Amino acid sequence: MPMSGHHDRHHDHDHSELSETQLRVRALETVLTEKGYVDPAALDLLIETYEKKVGPRNGAHVVAKAWVDPSYRARLFKDATPAIAELGYACRQGEHIVALENTPNQHNMVVCTLCSCYPWPVLGLPPVWYKSAPYRSRVVADPRAVLAEFGVTLPAETKIRVWDSTSEIRYLVIPMRPAGTEGWSEDQLAELVTRDSMIGTGLPNRPENLK
Amino acid sequence: MNGAHDLGGMHGFGPVEPEPDEPVFHAAWEKRAFALTLAMATPGGWNIDMSRFARENRPPAEYLAMSYYQVWFAALETMLKQRALVADDEIAAGHSLHAPKKVARTLSPSDVAQVLYRGGPTERETNAKAAFKGGDKVRAKTINPLTHTRLPRYVRGHVGTIEHVIGCHVFPDSNALGAGEDPQWLYTVRFDGRELWGADTDPTVSVSVDAWEPYLERI
Repeated sequence: MPMSGHHDRHHDHDHSELSETQLRVRALETVLTEKGYVDPAALDLLIETYEKKVGPRNGAHVVAKAWVDPSYRARLFKDATPAIAELGYACRQGEHIVALENTPNQHNMVVCTLCSCYPWPVLGLPPVWYKSAPYRSRVVADPRAVLAEFGVTLPAETKIRVWDSTSEIRYLVIPMRPAGTEGWSEDQLAELVTRDSMIGTGLPNRPENLK
Repeated sequence: MNGAHDLGGMHGFGPVEPEPDEPVFHAAWEKRAFALTLAMATPGGWNIDMSRFARENRPPAEYLAMSYYQVWFAALETMLKQRALVADDEIAAGHSLHAPKKVARTLSPSDVAQVLYRGGPTERETNAKAAFKGGDKVRAKTINPLTHTRLPRYVRGHVGTIEHVIGCHVFPDSNALGAGEDPQWLYTVRFDGRELWGADTDPTVSVSVDAWEPYLERI
């Protein structure tokens, strides 16, 4: 799918382009391996890390802990990088993390208009929409319209703050804890935390919607 | 550079289309292109700002027509060729045809976890004093460098408020050129939506960028 467009419009065209790209990538991997620059086993490990180990469940753990543990919450908003590392999450693209607190008065949303900066250790690799032109172009100018496309409507008076990730600082939104979750455990709460709620394009699931 | 990558505020791309249950990768080649890009940074010796510049530095129509990992892969080829690590005839043949260039290090499987864990922190010590403090009004400079910059077009010339002094960080405009890290103070600068987009803008909206000191002027 092109950076600018959508799934359905050029499906056949994409298909042939993909196989051409596929051949080119395979050819380059062979060249680089034959030259001794890369070890395919290291490539496999890199892929496995981001397919299987690092993903938004890490961020959900951070959020749920911030909901139940006031001293952790305080550490997280003071300096998120070590607070997140306490839970074992640290890696590339998360060297300097800042946690953003959603409140009834302010809703935070994160974008990288220039490329695709995203907090890998807590959210994994970014989804296609986050990297694509429709989101990157519009969320800084009309965030409410973008929220509507995610099915989110906020009160008209809620301030919306958009954070454009132009440096190596990575932003993680800490959504508000849903009502009706008093007494829930950290693990139960983590189930309510969606990836999009930590980018700011969604809200946590409500307890009554949990299957 | 004023490339197609600098998308903030452009019109006409249509709605955002989230994909339910989206996989991490959409094709086998995306996985390999991703991993090759990460792994080749070790022998290739390039930094993240050089990678970003290699991705954005292409004709706008081409950039927008490519998928995300196609851009990554094209940038990888560019950087490999610039450093004479591979040649066009090798890419065409799909095999090594020339002796490998001597490289300082490669990424071994046993190093992967540690290299990822360590990442690439960009904060640096400095003796320089920060020129701005929280609450200062600043204008994002009007600049149009042909080379890499992280000051998006949509804030240039606009007035914002320093919200936070982040620290002293590697300056991408210099680092992307191989001209050294030249660390500079970095700030969170908040702009009112109406300042950026006009009087009709939703008054509840504000936008911030992280801006290095050379991007800003006091007003």
